[in-house]
Parts: sequence; structure tokens; C-alpha cells
Amino acid sequence: MPIHYYIILAATLFCIGVIGVLTRRNAIIVFMCVELMLNAVNLMLVAFSKMHFGMFQRGLAPASGIDGQMFVFFIMVVAAAEVSVGLAIIVMMYRNVHSVDINFLNRLKN
Amino acid sequence: MVLFLFVIMLMNQNTETEPRNKSMWIKLAGAISGGCLLVVVVAAIRDSASLVERVGDKVYAKAAVTNFGDIGLIEKLGKSLFTDYVVPFEISSVLFLSAMVGAVVIGKKD
Repeated sequence: MPIHYYIILAATLFCIGVIGVLTRRNAIIVFMCVELMLNAVNLMLVAFSKMHFGMFQRGLAPASGIDGQMFVFFIMVVAAAEVSVGLAIIVMMYRNVHSVDINFLNRLKN
Repeated sequence: MVLFLFVIMLMNQNTETEPRNKSMWIKLAGAISGGCLLVVVVAAIRDSASLVERVGDKVYAKAAVTNFGDIGLIEKLGKSLFTDYVVPFEISSVLFLSAMVGAVVIGKKD
């Protein structure tokens, strides 16, 4: 598959995630949109890794490696850790104010 | 992903007690800004010369090979993870441990 299909798909997913983070008021939905952005980037990294491997096999690239896909592993690790901590914060916030509305947090400035 | 479901189930959310977006201008502005981001990204890669390759006289789009080669295989990824990338692997295990401890400390009911 041509590489620009993958690029456009990953860019669309990323932009949908950005729209969700900017627009939604529920904190859990915002978290899911952040996950969506991270996974779009993962898709992009794997696609480029495969593209460079294909070019390397045909002699058009100087070197290729598995680095892109290893990096995807670590991005997933960091995303999982961040989700666990973020959800703990949301649960604590809900316990205090009984709402997961992010506009509620503006109260901190008064 | 299961974490999200647990957190959503922990909260007793009703649609009638949730406040709506004050105006739909926010949604419109978010959609427009996300759309602009997508347009910018797509325009940036459209004329990119690094995404096409020339074979003789014709111009082909670089393809991400998906059918052959041994780059995406789990066995190779695992082998590379434990030999070349063992230091980030151990550090990410420490990261998971700290995230777990942090989540438990935050979520403690006191």
C-alpha cells in the first residue's frame, strides 16, 4: 500500500483526537482522545519502519532497523502508565466533587 | 482499555444531571481548528519528494511492504527487545512500578 494512505489515516486520527481534547468536557473522554493521538503516532511509526525496510531490501536506503517498532513498544508502555495515573486522579476528583466535568476545576483559581 | 470501563462504571452518571456545552460555538471552533490542522498536515506531505521514488522514467509512491520480509515478526521483536533494548526494558518496568505505586497512593481512601 502506498505510504501516503498510512500518513493520511494517521493524520486524520490525530486530528480527531485533537478535536476531542479541545472540545469535550468530560475528563474521561479527553483521556480517550489522548490515547487516540498516541495510537495514531504508533501507526505512523510502524508504517514508516516497514517502508524503510522495503527500501533497504531494494538497495535504496542505507540501513534499516527495527527501531521504529521498538519505539512503539515503549510508547505503549508510557501510555499505559499515564492512563493508570490519570484515571486515579479522575477517581479522586470524582470522590471530592462528584462530577467529572473539567470546567469544574476552574474553581481552583478562586 | 479495561481500566476505562471500570472507571466509567464506578461513576454514577446520568445524562440529565450533566451540564451541556454552553454554546455550540465551542464545538464549531474545535472542529474548524482540527480541520485546519489536518489540511496543513496533508498539504505538507503532498509535494514531498521523499515519499516518491523514481525507477527509470516513472515515478512511484513509496510503498510500505506488508507481505514479505521478517521485520514485523514477533520472534524477531522479542529477541531484539531482550538483547539490544534490555536497558529501556528494565527502566520501563521501574516506570510501571512507580506508576502503580502512584496510582494506589492517589486513590487511597482516607
